[in-house]
Amino acid sequence: MRVEEYGERSLQLAGWDVHLTTYKLGDVYHCKADNVSPGAALARTTGATRDEAELKAIERAQQLLGKTRRRVV
Amino acid sequence: MPDYVHPEVLVSTDWVARHLDDANVRIVEVDVDSRAYDEGHIPGAIAWNWQEQLCDRVQRDIIPAGTFEDLMADSGIANDTTVVIYGDNNNWFAAWAFWQLKIYGHNDVRLMNGGRRKWLSESRELTPDVAAVQPVRYKACAPDFSIRALLPEVMAASQAGTALLIDVRSPEEFSGEILAPPGLPETCQRGGHIPGARSIPWGKAANDDGTFRSYEELKRLYGAEGVDGSKPSIAYCRIGERSSHTWFVIKYLLGFENVRNYDGSWTEWGNLVGAPIEQGAGREK
Repeated sequence: MRVEEYGERSLQLAGWDVHLTTYKLGDVYHCKADNVSPGAALARTTGATRDEAELKAIERAQQLLGKTRRRVV
Repeated sequence: MPDYVHPEVLVSTDWVARHLDDANVRIVEVDVDSRAYDEGHIPGAIAWNWQEQLCDRVQRDIIPAGTFEDLMADSGIANDTTVVIYGDNNNWFAAWAFWQLKIYGHNDVRLMNGGRRKWLSESRELTPDVAAVQPVRYKACAPDFSIRALLPEVMAASQAGTALLIDVRSPEEFSGEILAPPGLPETCQRGGHIPGARSIPWGKAANDDGTFRSYEELKRLYGAEGVDGSKPSIAYCRIGERSSHTWFVIKYLLGFENVRNYDGSWTEWGNLVGAPIEQGAGREK
């Protein structure tokens, strides 16, 4: 099998830059959310549609990013 | 990869596609998130789990020589096998695995330039099938710890300037504004960086498609921070995988001999009683 409909895009969640990678593999859409800096994986989700997979990844990433504390230095 | 000092340690996705059936090539996927392999991987590739197979599972350390030999043997890797490693997140843990293979003296190990991301973006073949492997015999070399920095060497570098310290984390981690990458658990007591360290985030060495920047671009990037091969250097991050990526760039793509990876990194230094730290953007350079 091969990846289809591969796409990447950036957005802001909870004040942080996030990178979404979405593609279709077989009948399933996969989505991976990374923080842009440094580029660590936040969420990996699947769905029957692109929107469903991305929504799950965004929700999970938002939960995690919302817990990140910024300190004054 | 003609412009790098050691182009032989990098292969392209095209090269891998042409060698899927090469009996002397073993392709290994090493991901931050090991579920990626299960989703689909390069046909014939096996997977190593960095937490379970590339770390000592009792004390914090790289895997011992005997465990390394077992891993290689069980993976069907003989001493003369060409090992091609790739993974997610721009080859972070692929580079970590590469570094350990070099510690134990494996001769022919290479990274797939661009990693898993590039393979996927090019719509190349994937399979969910786990490759069948015939175990072989493997003998590790005596460990080469000249490419690893431990705490005393890092202390000396910070206090006496015996080596350049390169912090490859994000600017926010370097300054101490955050204690871990956004969204990940905080794994240290304090934020900041090792006194004297230069901030050169790992990602500056990568293109948008995950491949490495050209030799000239890398030379300019590191040279601007004084990393020109005239002095030993030590790369560190939070747990040692992002710094493996930078170590690979400096040692093989730029060809500077004396560079080490400090795998203790900030989770060691930032938790160490009595260790000095700096916060903020760092010294004027």
